Amino acid sequence: MKIAVCVKRVPDMDVRFRIAADNASVDEAGLKFDINDFDAWSVEAALKLKDANAGSEVTAISLGPDVVQETIRKALSMGADKGIQLKVDKVPFDGLAIARTLAEELKSGGYDLILFGKMSPDSANGVVGQMVAELLGLPCVSAISSLEIANGKGKAKRELEGAQEIVEFPLPAVLTVDEGLNQARLPSLKGIMAAKKKPLEVKPAQLPQSQLTVRKVELPPERKAGRIVGEGAAAVPELVKLLQTEAKVL
Amino acid sequence: MTDFYNLDSTLSEEERAVRDTVHSFVDEKVLPVIGDCYIEGRFPKELIPEMANLGMFGANLPEEYGCAGLNNVAYGLIMHELERGDSGVRSFASVQGALVMYPIFAFGSEEQKRHYLPKMAQGEIIGCFGLTEPDYGSNPSGMITRAVVQRDGSWVINGAKMWITNGSTAQVAIIWAKTGDDKSDKSIRGFVVPTDAPGFTAKDQHGKLSLRASDTSELVLQDVRVPADALLPKSGGIKSPLMCLTQARYGIAWGAMGAAQACYEEALAYAGNRVMFGKPIAGFQLQQQRLADMLTELVKGQLLALHLGRLKDAGTFSPQQVSLAKRNNVSAATDIAREARRLLGANGILAEYSSMRHMENLESVYTYEGTHDIHTLILGQAVTGISAFE
Repeated sequence: MKIAVCVKRVPDMDVRFRIAADNASVDEAGLKFDINDFDAWSVEAALKLKDANAGSEVTAISLGPDVVQETIRKALSMGADKGIQLKVDKVPFDGLAIARTLAEELKSGGYDLILFGKMSPDSANGVVGQMVAELLGLPCVSAISSLEIANGKGKAKRELEGAQEIVEFPLPAVLTVDEGLNQARLPSLKGIMAAKKKPLEVKPAQLPQSQLTVRKVELPPERKAGRIVGEGAAAVPELVKLLQTEAKVL
Repeated sequence: MTDFYNLDSTLSEEERAVRDTVHSFVDEKVLPVIGDCYIEGRFPKELIPEMANLGMFGANLPEEYGCAGLNNVAYGLIMHELERGDSGVRSFASVQGALVMYPIFAFGSEEQKRHYLPKMAQGEIIGCFGLTEPDYGSNPSGMITRAVVQRDGSWVINGAKMWITNGSTAQVAIIWAKTGDDKSDKSIRGFVVPTDAPGFTAKDQHGKLSLRASDTSELVLQDVRVPADALLPKSGGIKSPLMCLTQARYGIAWGAMGAAQACYEEALAYAGNRVMFGKPIAGFQLQQQRLADMLTELVKGQLLALHLGRLKDAGTFSPQQVSLAKRNNVSAATDIAREARRLLGANGILAEYSSMRHMENLESVYTYEGTHDIHTLILGQAVTGISAFE
C-alpha cells in the first residue's frame, strides 16, 4: 500500500499564549512546537498498516516554511519512509488554500490512502482533509476511531453522540483521524538517528489566493474569582437563591 | 519543563527528539508505578523491554553493535530524564550501558563485542559490574578478588563483591580481579562471567532506606571457572575499571539534575496550590527564597552537565572535569531534594510525592561512583599536584 499522511507543526497547547503585535496572530517567541497529536495518530495508523502489509510505503507531507522539516522528521523517526515539504513562507488560515496546494501534490502520488488528523488545535477549522477529498474526487470518512483495510476495501468507525457509525469505503480514500484510534508510538532513539538519512524532498509550492483573513485575535476574558457562600446544608438556600437571581441558571 | 536559561535552543533537533522520547517514556511508564515500586522495594523489571526497544541501553555506542550511536549530550539527556523518574531506573541504565556494555566495547575482543553488545542493547542480556568489595570501596586498588589462569588457559576466580547494582537481575557480571603473582593494581583485569556459573552466587542486600526501586546485591565467587575468552583482552590495571567509572559518573552528573528538576517542579507546583494564612505559600518570602535557590543550583548544574557533554563530544574532557561535575551536581541535587521535601511540609513525607524518594535516593548517588569526599580529593590532587590519598 502507498499511504500519505499530512502532518502539521503546532505549538504545545499547554502554555499561556500571548497575542502578537499585529493583534491577529499568536506570538511564537518561546513556544515549543511538535507534531499535531491527531496527525501523530494518523502516522501511527499508517505505520500499523505498513507493519501488516509488507512492501507498503508511508510518505509524510507537510506544508510550510523550513521549520516543518522537524515535524516531517518526527514522522520519519516514528517509521515513515520518506517526507515531502511543500515549501511556502507561511501556513495560511484558509483551509481551502491549504487543501488546494496539498491536492495538487497528492493527485499524482498514486496513494491508496491519504490520512489527516481530524483537526489541528491551533486553527481548529477541521476542514482540510474533507476539502482535499472533494478536490481529488475521493471518498472521505471523517473523524474515524477504528480502521480495517482488506482486499482494497476499508471499514472505519465514527463516534457519534451516543452511537457509533460503521462506514465502508473503496480505496483510494481520504480519512481523517479522531482521538482513540490508537496511541502513537514514541520515536525510538535508533529511529531518530535513522530519520536523518531518510529522503526528505523540498518542493517549492504555490499557494492560491487566500479567501479568509484573520482580522483579530483576542484572549478570552479573565474569569472572575469564585465566591464561597457558606458551608454544608445551611448554605443551600442562599446558593439556590443566587443561582436563580444572579446566575439565572435555575 | 523547567528551562529558565533556554538551554533547549542550544540543543540539536536530534538531541531534543531523544530527550522528548525519554521524557514521554518516564511520564507514561515510570512515574505511575515508581512510588509503589519504591515502597515494595522492587525494581520495575517490566520496563526493561520498552527501554530496550526505545534504544536506551548503551545509546552512545556505535550502530554497528546494535546501539543507537548517539552523541554524549543526547546520552546525558537520557540519564537526566530517567533520573527525573528515579535514581534506581537511571542506575539500571547506567550500569547496563556505561559499566557493562562500555568495558566490553572498550576492552573486549571483536567476538565479545559482536556476541554481547547487540543482545545487551536489546535487553536480552542484563549485566552488572563487580569492582567494589566489602573492605575495598574508595580504595579499589586494594581488592582481594583473584583470577588464576589454569593450564588449559581457563581462569578460576575467587572473591566477593558488594553493593552491586543489578547483581541479582544480571545474566553476566563484569568481574574485576587481580591476576598472576602481582598483588599491585597493575594486575587487575576484567572478566565477563555468566552469573549461572557454578560457584557464583548473588544475594539481594536487604534493609536499604535508599534506592529501594533498584536491585543491590552482594556477589560471591567461589572457584568460579570461566573459559579463556571470558577475559576482556584489552583490560589492564586499575585504569580500566576507572575508565568505566568516568563514563558512568558523566551520566550521573546529568542524572542528578533530572532528580533535582523533578523536586523543584514538584515544590513549585505545590507552593502555588497550597494555601496557608489565606494565600498560596508561594507568596511567602521564605518559600520564594527556597525556590530561587533551588532554581539557581538547578540551572548551574544543567549548564555544567551540558558543557561537560560538549567537551566529551569534542574528545577533550578529563576525568577530573567529570569528578567536579559529579561532585557538584549530586551535592546540589541532594540539597534541592531536601529543600523541596521541606517546602512540601507534612505531605512531603508521603510516597505520593517524589521529593523525599529522590532525597533518599540521592544519598546513595552521593556515595557511589566515587564518594563526594573522594572526588574532593581527586580535585585537590588535580589542582595542587599533591595526592592526599597516600
